[in-house]
Amino acid sequence: MVVLNSILVGLTEDEIKEVRKMLGREPNHLELAMIDAEWSEHCSYKSSKPLLKQLPTKGPRVIIGPGYDAGVVDVGDGYVVTLHIESHNHPSAIDPYGGAATGIGGVLRDILCMGTRPIALLDSLRFGNIEESAHSRWLFKHVVRGISDYGNCVGVPTVAGEVEFDNCFERNCLVDVVCLGLGRVENLVLAEAKHPGDAIILVGGSTGRDGIHGVTFASRVLTEKSDKERSAVQIPDPFMKKLIIEATLEAVATGYVRGLKDLGGGGLTCGLSEMADKGGCGIDIELSKVHLREKDLSPTEIMISESQERMLFIIKQGYEKEVCKIFDKYELPYSIIGRVTDSGNLVVKKNGIELANLPVKIVANAPLINRRAVEPDYIKNLKIIEKPTLPSDLSSVLLKLLNCPSIASKSWVYEQYDHEVGIRTVVKPGQGDASVLRLPNGTFLAIKVDGNSKHCYIDPYNGAAGCLSEVCRNLVSVGAEPLAFVDHLQFGDPGNPEVFWTFSESVRGLVDYSKAIGLPCIGGKVSFYNEDKVKNIAIKPSPVVAAIGIIEKQEWITTMNFKRDDDYIVILGETKSEMGGSEYYEYIHGLTGGTVPKIDFVKEKATINVVINAIRKGFVKAVHDISKGGIAVALAEMCISGRIGASINCINIPNNGIRIDEILFSETHSRFILETDSENINKLIELVKNAGITYNIIGKVGGKALRFYNDWELIHIPLLDLEDSYLNSIPKCMGEIL
Amino acid sequence: MKVAIIQFPGSNCDLDTLHVLNNVMKVKADLVWHKRDDLRYYSAVILPGGFSYGDRLRAGVIAANSPIMKEVRRMAKDGHPILGICNGFQILVEAGLLPGALLRNSSLKFICKWVNLTIVSNKAIFTHNLKKNHLLRMPIAHNEGRYFIDKDSLKEIYKKNQIILKYVDENGKATESANPNGSIDGIAGICNEEGNVFGLMPHPERASEKLLSPFNTNDGIKIFSSMIDYINRR
Repeated sequence: MVVLNSILVGLTEDEIKEVRKMLGREPNHLELAMIDAEWSEHCSYKSSKPLLKQLPTKGPRVIIGPGYDAGVVDVGDGYVVTLHIESHNHPSAIDPYGGAATGIGGVLRDILCMGTRPIALLDSLRFGNIEESAHSRWLFKHVVRGISDYGNCVGVPTVAGEVEFDNCFERNCLVDVVCLGLGRVENLVLAEAKHPGDAIILVGGSTGRDGIHGVTFASRVLTEKSDKERSAVQIPDPFMKKLIIEATLEAVATGYVRGLKDLGGGGLTCGLSEMADKGGCGIDIELSKVHLREKDLSPTEIMISESQERMLFIIKQGYEKEVCKIFDKYELPYSIIGRVTDSGNLVVKKNGIELANLPVKIVANAPLINRRAVEPDYIKNLKIIEKPTLPSDLSSVLLKLLNCPSIASKSWVYEQYDHEVGIRTVVKPGQGDASVLRLPNGTFLAIKVDGNSKHCYIDPYNGAAGCLSEVCRNLVSVGAEPLAFVDHLQFGDPGNPEVFWTFSESVRGLVDYSKAIGLPCIGGKVSFYNEDKVKNIAIKPSPVVAAIGIIEKQEWITTMNFKRDDDYIVILGETKSEMGGSEYYEYIHGLTGGTVPKIDFVKEKATINVVINAIRKGFVKAVHDISKGGIAVALAEMCISGRIGASINCINIPNNGIRIDEILFSETHSRFILETDSENINKLIELVKNAGITYNIIGKVGGKALRFYNDWELIHIPLLDLEDSYLNSIPKCMGEIL
Repeated sequence: MKVAIIQFPGSNCDLDTLHVLNNVMKVKADLVWHKRDDLRYYSAVILPGGFSYGDRLRAGVIAANSPIMKEVRRMAKDGHPILGICNGFQILVEAGLLPGALLRNSSLKFICKWVNLTIVSNKAIFTHNLKKNHLLRMPIAHNEGRYFIDKDSLKEIYKKNQIILKYVDENGKATESANPNGSIDGIAGICNEEGNVFGLMPHPERASEKLLSPFNTNDGIKIFSSMIDYINRR
């Protein structure tokens, strides 16, 4: 960070030299501030782009991949869905309510500006230890309330999510939000300024001082001064957003909207320069037309303000009135602030006087940085650790795991979200491994978001691949065929070669998995600088992935609850001693290290296919993937949601000769638990056998308790006790029940 | 017969209600913008759920003063069915068309979940077709749904059979844990003295298709079909 022309900018000395060279002159104050915003890590992806390019982005249903505000996937009969992920980590760390709410606001706009209606939100949250830290409880409570107040008010259901707790997120909580949109292929709009003469209309909230330097703030680490940077957090207004959603969709339906861009990070500078660059044109704007919250805003502040609830419209020349009528109906403030030109330059004027004149090519294309990557010492040190001693009372271990906030029921969270509005939510939070929404053409869409920072910390490559594996298993469990994913990669300071190594390993994991399984990446986001300089801790590497899958027929929709007494319980996949980063090691034994689960891509693909086939043939009644907490937790969840017990013979669980606690709690990938009845058991086994998948019948559904035994009884827990641990853990942490 | 679904800025269950009327109940319905002032051609009015005016000031209070509400009052006086769902209930209360008030949930949190309801009275034209003590399953989703009314007025609405729906457990018993928001006497829905204006916090439009119900039920239909039968008989 340097001080230049008396303003603080995030650009490096080298970058400023580069600007001078490209322009052939000294940039003025405003120009420098604009380049500073657009060249920030947040807007330019200058460190991450070279690696992200390796992700596969094409698929038979992909219409638009990465590079736009949201990815677009064909779901048949002229309908498309759009998908995007955003985070609001830095703002949420200092203002959890406003930060989380504006995060929702941002991702909604990304979906809206493709010309599609936002129909679902998901949230993926990471906090410190809420059992011990009052600060983390405060962050958790207000982040959830922020998402709840905003999402509920705009009328977009929050249908799924995940929450993880770990000490490393004590000050840097992570707030990722995913939005899904629905629209018609003929109504898609791109953020492109292609036709000189078209009007640039700024619609929505007034421009104020909130969010000044937001991207610069997001592109550095948190310090003891961060609390004083609250003005870098924007102010949420979900009511205004609701009006913008309805007005935008009405405007899109007129056919005169030729470009749409939300104003988020980098404000007007980013929105205008990216639209002009993508469309190969220029834009002239007049700052006196911008409606302001405070009269005395300087040109620089206007150009980089990140005030919320604003959209940029490009309207076909001559049709401005038709579209503005719609803004009038919704009583939305708007102003025609400029025109598309053929100059290739972004020209900023105030009262006709030119204040900035920059080629959009320069503004929108920051020079990339090739960062150095060095494997951190801690990785090697964590690989080999001594196994904990085998606990004598495995029943209490299972109860404790069910009580672990990262595993326990998240009903405290999702009951604060309206997950029903829009009347599309068929499989609701808590009912299945993913949520399922109905689409207007009679098909169904499954959606889920997953992450696992504990695995990624010990082994970023296998950890990141594992996140994709888990999200795919979750989709498959509800009967869906995975279609596409978006990723959000959250790390510390990329200038630190050790941090950058964990980033590049994570990307490599995502690349290898998605190529092997054939799952295209249609968008994503990178968030660096998640570090706390006060306590000197960086977050654990935290890639988060959200994926969608399609279910063509209603009868294929599958839930996870055990259905009937006497049904068979079948396991797919072999259980291995892969205990590194498991909740069993971390939460029960306080151990970090060991070998994390690795994926055999061939087996993974075959297992996914066999589950999809079994569901389509009607051979199974319940499906649940095995992840956090292992087999024991997966079975407990199926019992709790079905309100029925089960008896499991551990001798029958396929494994490579490992200890009983490892069998019960290992988080090995590519495993599923299936419920089937006597009519279908043989057909299911034949299907699985033919696919060459390891399997076995491990027990039966029934009774009022969950039992595990081998030669003697290992675990015996009455249903009511399972429920108490699982359902009441988070309300107890939050002090709402004793 | 045609039903008017009023759209206020911030309504968000308008399209859902339209879908259920058109495609499930097979009844004609229009979305009517709140600035219109003529409902002459409609036989019933629904105020849908949502966050009219972003719940500014108090849920429902600004919408209660919208231009269309003058016409809604006239329709109510003329005996037409008026149904307020969730935010629509809050608007009817703020407009003085229904007694009492809707306060912040006792948990101080938004609550979204499926609840069990019992029919206390079939006086409202929206419950005409149902027997007393009939059990219904519907979801709630609100921040300010705690029904409150002073003691004397409570006696009054009991006497006049204006209490239509109460929150109960799955066996039909009114218990404390079955009352999700702290409503007085577990009240979930009430009607006016005449029985043609009905407000409820649960969402019948979210419970009208078996596909959307965790219990494979479609109890919401019962509310809409009572209303439709009434209009057809009228």
